[in-house]
Amino acid sequence: MATLKEKSPEVTVTPPVSAGNGLKTQEMVVNMGPQHPSTHGVLRVQLTLDGEIVVSAVPHIGYLHRCFEKHCEAMNDYNKVVPYVDRMDYVAAMNNEHGYALAMERMMGIEVNDRVEHIRVIMAELQRIASHLLAVGTFGLDIGAFTPFLHCFIEREKILDIFEKASGARLLYNYIWIGGLMNDVPADFKKDTTDFIASFRPQIKELNDLLSHNKIFVDRTANVGVLPDKVAINYGVSGPSLRGSGVKWDLRRDDPYSIYDKFDFDVIVGEGKMGTLGDCWDRYIVRVWEMEESLKIIEQALDSMPDEGDVHESIPKKVRPPAGEIYCRTETPRGELGYYIISDKSTSPYRVKARAPSFVNLSVLPAISVGAMVADMVAIIGSVDIVLGEVDR
Amino acid sequence: MQEFLESFMSSGPLVVFVFSIIPLKIILVYALFAIWLERKVAGHMQDRLGPMETGGWHGWAQTIADLLKMIQKEDIVPAKADRFLFKMAPFIAFAASYGAFVAIPLSSGYIGSMIDVGVFYIVAITSLLSVSIIMAGWASNNKWSLLGAMRTAAQTVSYEVPTVVTILSVIIVTGTLNLMEVTEMQSGNGFLGFLPNWIIFHSPFMILAFFLFFIAALAESHRVPFDLPESESELVGGYQTEYSGMRWGLFMLTEYADMLLLSLVGATLFFGGWNSPFGSFMDGPLWGAFWMLLKGMVLVFVMMWLRWTLPRLRVDQLMNLCWKYLIPLSFVNLVLIAFWEMIFK
Repeated sequence: MATLKEKSPEVTVTPPVSAGNGLKTQEMVVNMGPQHPSTHGVLRVQLTLDGEIVVSAVPHIGYLHRCFEKHCEAMNDYNKVVPYVDRMDYVAAMNNEHGYALAMERMMGIEVNDRVEHIRVIMAELQRIASHLLAVGTFGLDIGAFTPFLHCFIEREKILDIFEKASGARLLYNYIWIGGLMNDVPADFKKDTTDFIASFRPQIKELNDLLSHNKIFVDRTANVGVLPDKVAINYGVSGPSLRGSGVKWDLRRDDPYSIYDKFDFDVIVGEGKMGTLGDCWDRYIVRVWEMEESLKIIEQALDSMPDEGDVHESIPKKVRPPAGEIYCRTETPRGELGYYIISDKSTSPYRVKARAPSFVNLSVLPAISVGAMVADMVAIIGSVDIVLGEVDR
Repeated sequence: MQEFLESFMSSGPLVVFVFSIIPLKIILVYALFAIWLERKVAGHMQDRLGPMETGGWHGWAQTIADLLKMIQKEDIVPAKADRFLFKMAPFIAFAASYGAFVAIPLSSGYIGSMIDVGVFYIVAITSLLSVSIIMAGWASNNKWSLLGAMRTAAQTVSYEVPTVVTILSVIIVTGTLNLMEVTEMQSGNGFLGFLPNWIIFHSPFMILAFFLFFIAALAESHRVPFDLPESESELVGGYQTEYSGMRWGLFMLTEYADMLLLSLVGATLFFGGWNSPFGSFMDGPLWGAFWMLLKGMVLVFVMMWLRWTLPRLRVDQLMNLCWKYLIPLSFVNLVLIAFWEMIFK
């Protein structure tokens, strides 16, 4: 009879090797995390080190697991799932809500009016900028540059102020609802957003001067953690991490949802300008220029946003989708976020499964970190840009 | 100054005691000030204000409050650590940098000891620092600490070479290792009629020598971009990971003392030490101390400025920079300075 609790597998370390001068060398196993300043939350990476060279890296997850799926099933209301999707990728809550609302609307055949669509897109793109600012800022912090991190946070704060005015919250908004929005944007929303765009454009240049083209920064990130495009596709990597490898794939352009097909924007891909295609610098710079593209989308959306329209117009009284299932995917700042929702015609979802981009992107970590140094590990984890809330859900 | 003290204090040991703790006082007051300054510099560079509350005016008492907090903290020694080495390491670290101050002429009236091998002594005793860091890292029985300690060993040993070679190129000009004599040689404003006779103006190669010295000094004092031993985003805290309370505080104090030490050595070797930049104007023992500390603080400020601007190098890039660029350059520079001396003297 099998024992109830299986014995945890022994950590295997190669036996000591003679270095030839009477000394013996041995590989060392180090736990990077869960309490480590650069694992972006509570990731634990089990590193086997030969000196400072990484022999193998095994990510261990689950430290932030909050039973997302079970919660959704037990909520007894599709609307009550929205605050839970906020908490998956907690630095890009608007994008998570957007995807969930879209999935539910497709399932129930709800059409929302143009004003709602525009506000949603503007919010989602603002959130994308905020999320990328956090990503590039903390990436700089991982490399040892403290100051750009705080400059990024100042800009991010301005976006959060806009969100706070609209939804009352700064991190987890519960703003995009099934069939509409929580409430309309405040009267000075257009002005606030235009002001932000005007003040933010020069900051991208400053960020490039201070960090992106800094010699030390380039040395630390170019040719490090190279992710070839084939490997990226095989692992299912998506988002800026995939585009950093030169694959032109963006769901906003390739599988347009909402009203993204109306807008004119470029899909930024890595070019291997500083080193090999698909290195950490490429993944980083894709995020920087995507912020510029998001600004373009926001400007166009602000111009074409209709002033009339009730944001509560198509919110259903009772959310009771027909029996069936749906998979709906959107492009979040981290990649393809897909919701697989099964309905059994009751008011409670039978299942809500999220295909989280961070989770899938993290799986590529062991493949690209062999042979790197400990300091490179930090750069690689930072450049893949994971949010542990989304990895573990 | 020793005679001055002896004139009104009868007992000899007391004089020696008072005499020898002067650098300690300076280090402590300076460290309180420098840590506050570092926070303000960092704050203003990052569009913040830094500490503003404690003590009233611009948070001047923040470091004192932190110090009081640190003294009260529990002194934790990890269960599997080597207790003796673990507890000794911070003291040796501080002793190493404090001991070096003895050969620095803080003013024309004060030098701890007129040893003839002054610079050589400073270089030798600061090497103790790497011993203490390896002690700390190894005794902690923590793999991150060990990695940090090993990096330090490699870094300090490598960067001592360019430091010593650049110091040597100054010694070629001065012909003495005694820092007091080195400073006295730089008195007066003869260069081009108005510039002070500082060694940095001595020849174009001296400017290069100073830059090489400063880069190597940054690495020796483990400041950004060379702060690999304690790189907090990679190695958690490096050799300091397991330290807490005042023992950690001593490492912190050592870091700042080291910054001042190397800045003062730089100021003495290249910028005329306690000499006034205006000839006999504002000259004298007290003004000398002022100029010396001012020059030191300017270099300390540059170190802070770099810290809040640059990212960190990787360990192999650090070694590349040292062995492929700094060491060959400093040797070539040494030879060029030697030729310059032969031709123009």
